[in-house]
Amino acid sequence: MPYAIELRDISKRFGAVQANKDICLQVPAGTIHGIIGENGAGKSTLMSIIYGFYEADTGHIEVDGKRVDIRSSQDAINAGIGMVHQHFMLVENFSVLENVILGAEGGAVLKNGIGAARIELQRLAHEYSLDIDVDAIVEELPVGLQQRVEILKALYRGARILILDEPTGVLTPQEADHLFRILKALKDQGVTVLLITHKLREIMASTDNVSVMRQGEMVAHRETAHTSKEDLAELMVGKKVRLTVDKDEAQPSEVLLSAQNLSQFDSQGVKRLKNVSLELRAGEILGIAGVSGNGQSELLNVLSGITSMDEGEIHFAGQVITAKAPKDAAQMRDLKMAHVPEDRHKMGLVTGFEAYEAAVLGYHNSPVYNGKILMNRKVMLDECNERMAAWDVRPPNPHLKTANFSGGNQQKIVIAREVEQNPEVLLIGQPTRGVDIGAIENIHEQIVKLRDSGKAILLVSVELDEIMALSDRIIVMFDGAVVGELDAKDADERTLGLMMANAYNEEQEGVSA
Amino acid sequence: MSQAKVPTWVNIALIPVLNIMLAFFVSGLVILAIGENPIEAAGYLIYGAFGYDEGIGYTLYYATNLIFTGLAVSVAFKGGLFNIGGEGQAYIGGLGVGLICLSLDHTMPLYVIAPLAVIGAAVFGAAWAYIPAYLQARRGSHIVITTIMFNFIASSLMVYLIVNWLKEDGRMAPNSRTFEESAWLPYLHELLSPIGIEIGDSPLNLAFIWALLCCVFVWGLIWHTRWGYQLRTLGTNPTAARYAGIDTAKVTIWAMLISGGLAGFVGLNEIMGVNHNLLLNFTAGYGFAGIAVALMGRNHPIGIILAAILFGALYQGGAELAFEIPTITPEIVVVIQGLVILFSGALEHMFKDRIEGFFIRRAVA
Repeated sequence: MPYAIELRDISKRFGAVQANKDICLQVPAGTIHGIIGENGAGKSTLMSIIYGFYEADTGHIEVDGKRVDIRSSQDAINAGIGMVHQHFMLVENFSVLENVILGAEGGAVLKNGIGAARIELQRLAHEYSLDIDVDAIVEELPVGLQQRVEILKALYRGARILILDEPTGVLTPQEADHLFRILKALKDQGVTVLLITHKLREIMASTDNVSVMRQGEMVAHRETAHTSKEDLAELMVGKKVRLTVDKDEAQPSEVLLSAQNLSQFDSQGVKRLKNVSLELRAGEILGIAGVSGNGQSELLNVLSGITSMDEGEIHFAGQVITAKAPKDAAQMRDLKMAHVPEDRHKMGLVTGFEAYEAAVLGYHNSPVYNGKILMNRKVMLDECNERMAAWDVRPPNPHLKTANFSGGNQQKIVIAREVEQNPEVLLIGQPTRGVDIGAIENIHEQIVKLRDSGKAILLVSVELDEIMALSDRIIVMFDGAVVGELDAKDADERTLGLMMANAYNEEQEGVSA
Repeated sequence: MSQAKVPTWVNIALIPVLNIMLAFFVSGLVILAIGENPIEAAGYLIYGAFGYDEGIGYTLYYATNLIFTGLAVSVAFKGGLFNIGGEGQAYIGGLGVGLICLSLDHTMPLYVIAPLAVIGAAVFGAAWAYIPAYLQARRGSHIVITTIMFNFIASSLMVYLIVNWLKEDGRMAPNSRTFEESAWLPYLHELLSPIGIEIGDSPLNLAFIWALLCCVFVWGLIWHTRWGYQLRTLGTNPTAARYAGIDTAKVTIWAMLISGGLAGFVGLNEIMGVNHNLLLNFTAGYGFAGIAVALMGRNHPIGIILAAILFGALYQGGAELAFEIPTITPEIVVVIQGLVILFSGALEHMFKDRIEGFFIRRAVA
């Protein structure tokens, strides 16, 4: 039996970067095939080639044993390939039905096309048990259902091969499990699924086979049943990695920062932060778990002074900060609060700056870096050189543009900048997002070291594994509010997952009733 | 993954030169189409701009205005602001110069008037930029729209002031009385002849030296001061600027004040250096040409000097060309200038990717 999709010696180069090198891949029909690799390993490039966004420099693709020439996404669709992107490609204020027929309206007059689509969509929804209200407006649907619309869109176009690119990034663990059940159902109907992810857990939980990519090459093919997380991690990184963090029991002491009833409204008047209260003690790591977009970013911005709260107050370093008496980010820094923002490209760095310039962002007013009129470039460069050596930033070149460092090294520049200021409180968002597994270990060690030196750390992460590995205490946020708090010792994935979906209390009541 | 780098000279020299060559090539086609010899025309243009003392003097005199307005655009641009209002700011800056000269030329010597005129030009130009800057920083009105509007307002205001208040009594021409010589910026040919250097007469005056000093000032300000650091942060990543605790509204307003002040210096060159009276429309589009100069000069003072000299040469050489070959009218010269702006400004990226790709491949191989 021919393979559903087969790649033969696919190579792709962008300028100096060999993104894909002689990639071969065979995916049997009706299986779920995982492709795993670190950021920058070339997974997304490969999928873009299959879906026709890029053309391979060499090599070719076969679908059902026949060679196909894919030059555009339309060619891919014609070949029966569908793609669910990491960031949904949906028109938010259209209904599900309108979104599904977008690009396949079937004529200038919408009415006929919509009628036919409605029937077809109901058939598909039934066949694959993908129930959905086809007239619902997409932006009113929860994220999990929006993703379902993407899947339906692909199926509606006749996809027999479905590619999902990092599909669980925005889902709770429960929603992710639901997605995997859907994928199993699709597989039972003969659909072939290609699952791109960097999460080992998902590969182990849902795939039949897995291929590992590293630095643009396909380094291994495994049957999922005959491999392990540790084995895959080692293949991804090319060396042995530890997936846990060594740390001693926390020794929390006095409260360094406390927030009471913080609330914030966005420009539309929607309450994004709802009466959040928390206490942060010296010598502990407080983890904030939650699906991305549930108020964590707003909380970090308010605590760090980037935006001002509308209600509530913060007590920090002997100061009371309120909406009437706000402090901006520079003032909060002066009070020894450091902040590693969630998005280093958008916020933490100026990617057009040379490394030594980005390494003083936020502290550029410090007398250390300034003469009477001009900035003291020599001091900045010397300090940058020292830190690059101490934090093993590669390449150790302070004149390189920050954009040209890898994600892990960019993050080291940001974390070094904030930690070396010897802050009392460190706010740190997504410390290892887009960071190679090798560098993660190092960053985690530094965070624990800072804790052990008696500082308070507030950790925001959407990676549950990271929250559970690092935190001493965990707070869960949902829809802008704190919905649960527990000791890290009592936390498990299921409990946190339920809290993240705000379903924990209901389930508890269900059990007791 | 290593990233091969494109040699610096490719970006700052090769690509601009290629763009200009292409502009001249297309200009050549235009000249062919009206039945003249492009090579001959190019000869007149180059000779007119650089071939003799007076020509060079005129080229640099035009360049002086363009350096001021180019710097003005670049300072604002470094802060992410598109200041289209250089024309109006230059116009009002000239008003400042004119008022100082008209009120002091009978009583004060040049060494008192000149510094005051510099301050007057800067303050008036900056004041004209302040209102759009305030509206952008505190009220969110888009600076492109407001600065364009302010060009029109400046134009109308100057007509009103000159016609109703500043016009010489008993004369029909809409300009002020001529200043006493104590309020004339010395010409360079006058300055240089006592020390034994004889150059031909041209309107090139002390304002050119001031323009070069301004380049040094802007370079130091943007790349070597704390304020410049904040400005560049704001211009490239406003979110990071807020994260860093930079007062973005304040930086925005100051960027526009400095930009407006620089544009205002056009008044020094035109009013105090050449015309010696306050008149209408002396800005003659330099404010807008400054946008092209800044674009072509990559918003760097050295690039701006080179681009300003190129445009100055087009102004001067173009005038010469129109004079020597009557079928090439001043309008055709404007077409050539337009083509240079088109290819070096608007179509700047036409070859960029391909040329960079070529050098990256070569670096890899």
